[in-house]
Amino acid sequence: MLKELKILFRHGKQYITDLEGVELTPLFRGRPEIATTITASEAKELEALCPTNAISVVPFSINLGKCVFCKECHFYTPEKIRFTNDHKIATNDLNRLIVKAGDRDAIELDASLVRKEITSYFGKALKLRQVSAAGDNSAEMELNAAGNVNFDVGRYGMEFVASPRHADGLVITGPISENMAEPLEICYNATPSPKILILAGTDAISGGIFADSKAVNRGFLSKYHVDLYVPGNPPHPLTFINGILSLTGRLKKK
Amino acid sequence: MVEVENGSSLDIGEIPIVSYNQFYAEVDRLMENTSVHCVSYYAVPSDDNFTFYCCLADDEEHKLYVLGHEQKKENVTLPSLTSKHYAFHCFEREIHENFGINFSDHPWLKPIRYPANRYNQHNVIENYPFYSIDSDELHEVGVGPIHAGVIEPGHFRFICNGEKVLHLEIMLGYQHRGVEELMLTKHTTLRRSILVESIAGDTAIGHSLAFAMNMESLAGIDVPDRLQLERIIALELERIAIHIGDTGALCMDIAYQLGQVACEALRTIVINTTQLWCGNRFGKGFIRPAGSGYPLTSEVARQVLENMETVEQRYKQLTNRIYTLPSVLARFEEIGILTPKQAHLTGIVGPAAKASSHKRDIRFSHPFQYYRHLEFLPVVMETGDVLSRAMMRRYEVEQSIELVKLLLKKRQSMISEEVPKPNYSLQLKPNTFSISLVEGWRGEICHSAITDENGNIVHYKVKDPSLHSWMGLALAVRNQEISDFPICNKSFNLSYCGHDL
Repeated sequence: MLKELKILFRHGKQYITDLEGVELTPLFRGRPEIATTITASEAKELEALCPTNAISVVPFSINLGKCVFCKECHFYTPEKIRFTNDHKIATNDLNRLIVKAGDRDAIELDASLVRKEITSYFGKALKLRQVSAAGDNSAEMELNAAGNVNFDVGRYGMEFVASPRHADGLVITGPISENMAEPLEICYNATPSPKILILAGTDAISGGIFADSKAVNRGFLSKYHVDLYVPGNPPHPLTFINGILSLTGRLKKK
Repeated sequence: MVEVENGSSLDIGEIPIVSYNQFYAEVDRLMENTSVHCVSYYAVPSDDNFTFYCCLADDEEHKLYVLGHEQKKENVTLPSLTSKHYAFHCFEREIHENFGINFSDHPWLKPIRYPANRYNQHNVIENYPFYSIDSDELHEVGVGPIHAGVIEPGHFRFICNGEKVLHLEIMLGYQHRGVEELMLTKHTTLRRSILVESIAGDTAIGHSLAFAMNMESLAGIDVPDRLQLERIIALELERIAIHIGDTGALCMDIAYQLGQVACEALRTIVINTTQLWCGNRFGKGFIRPAGSGYPLTSEVARQVLENMETVEQRYKQLTNRIYTLPSVLARFEEIGILTPKQAHLTGIVGPAAKASSHKRDIRFSHPFQYYRHLEFLPVVMETGDVLSRAMMRRYEVEQSIELVKLLLKKRQSMISEEVPKPNYSLQLKPNTFSISLVEGWRGEICHSAITDENGNIVHYKVKDPSLHSWMGLALAVRNQEISDFPICNKSFNLSYCGHDL
């Protein structure tokens, strides 16, 4: 017992006290900011460079639902594109994931799109079933990390559960492979209503680098309503936590 | 047989293409030596033919051999190497599934991952031909594809006698995303660099290093010592982080909560170190062909060193406690044994092989990048049970931390060296074969590429260590209580997406 106490003492307090106020390391690749001075020829070059076609030329923009945060556009035009360490990039509106030249605003949820039952049913506790549909295991590990001793999302009454029958919704990672399409559908149908659907990671939101693969089948997404998009490659645990807190109306009022 | 160096390339014409009989005899002769194993064996289709390339590694002699054979494209049936050397089972199954080539006496010619472009489109994942035993005494337990935790999908089918597992069949393929095909259809080197980072996101550094080494050897360039050294620091950080996480996961499965949470916190320190360095906790974006956008600065290097010292002290204190607790040892000892013979026969790699007394580590047998300048000796354990695989991680973490500290010291004499920027427009040599092996935290990663007469990549083969090692897990759980499956599984911690590609 004494040995255990010594270990505990040495480890000290590990949990992040203020999950909403914490700031990530400067190099973290979060919400980009684009200068309005990007020239047409630069825009063309950047469009061709972007590995996942996240860049559009007119108006110049980066779609965070497609972006894999490789930062190569920054390396190409360091003065004009920079990735800030703002990790709060989850939203429920795909249009808000498109960051245009000159945009400096934080990415937030569109409150009018949040279904009413979400706050009334899940405002105090949220149990989620995670389904990896060809995720590369980095997003899965980050979702696990959200519940670990550092991030401790359990403090909000949120956790991942083993059975879809116990779940209030699904969190999908990965581009959804053909071979996982049916199991995913079965799992979704096994989850009682009302239920929420979250896509975590660029692979899940747009297919990412796998978007044009023949082995991917994203038909599931055209059938069901998605409540939250959590971009990232993989999404940082704090991005995920911030997203679900906003969705369920748990963020402290500023 | 032609001898190649790890991370090198050669004119495709230099690889001897012999008759199948000769090929079989040659491979058979080499495989008689217990230190030899197959790292990759695959078929490349052309208009009329299949050309097969086989690469064998000798762990003790530090040699790498490549040999090939060629077959006309009609109704190919070949005697299988698997019937004599089981370790070939996964490679021959893959070739069979992709191209319909038959291996006449293969004992287990089953689908491996149901790829989108498989030869027989009537084979679907819902109809996997499970092995079964007709008996009133036995029952079957099916688990997955979706599991109870936040993990990747795969199906496990147990045949049990009471609580005891007689047989486990592992059926994968749910994670198949068509990686190898995308490697060819994505034409820019940057796109391919992003893709390889997602082969297995938990091994982003390992796989992207294997890719970068291939590109560099195909382009005929060497990267400076400083970059080679910084790359292997990142590779060791990846190993340290995952091994610590696995230690915690093993503790979780036996309900030893202190071990679990303390490891979680330590892993966070390590992956946050990687994030401090390159902005991503998994090191995505750090390794690129010919250079890096994130040279290690002195400030970050100092922080890496400081964090390594913290983690080292705390991990040692913690593991001293974990591995002296009778309640932990009672759960790990003599559970899930993979005997040295089984490990040899199935061609297991990585920590699982080393825990079953095989000195199989690419850092030792075929050193790459800056490991060439180090005298590295792998950790080897004897018993092959869950405890030895857990202890493997403990010693490898300690070893890797020592290594990082040593590398950081060596780096100080190199800081004047410039780290070049990545180069995404490398001109690759025409008609060339290249191969690179990297010891990732799961074991040996192998990437191999072939270019055409214009220097375009026409074939890209990826092998994740999990391809070999899943069979090891299936064998290790035989005669165990089914309730011990989770700790057996965690002690291997194999990749689903790396296997399914």
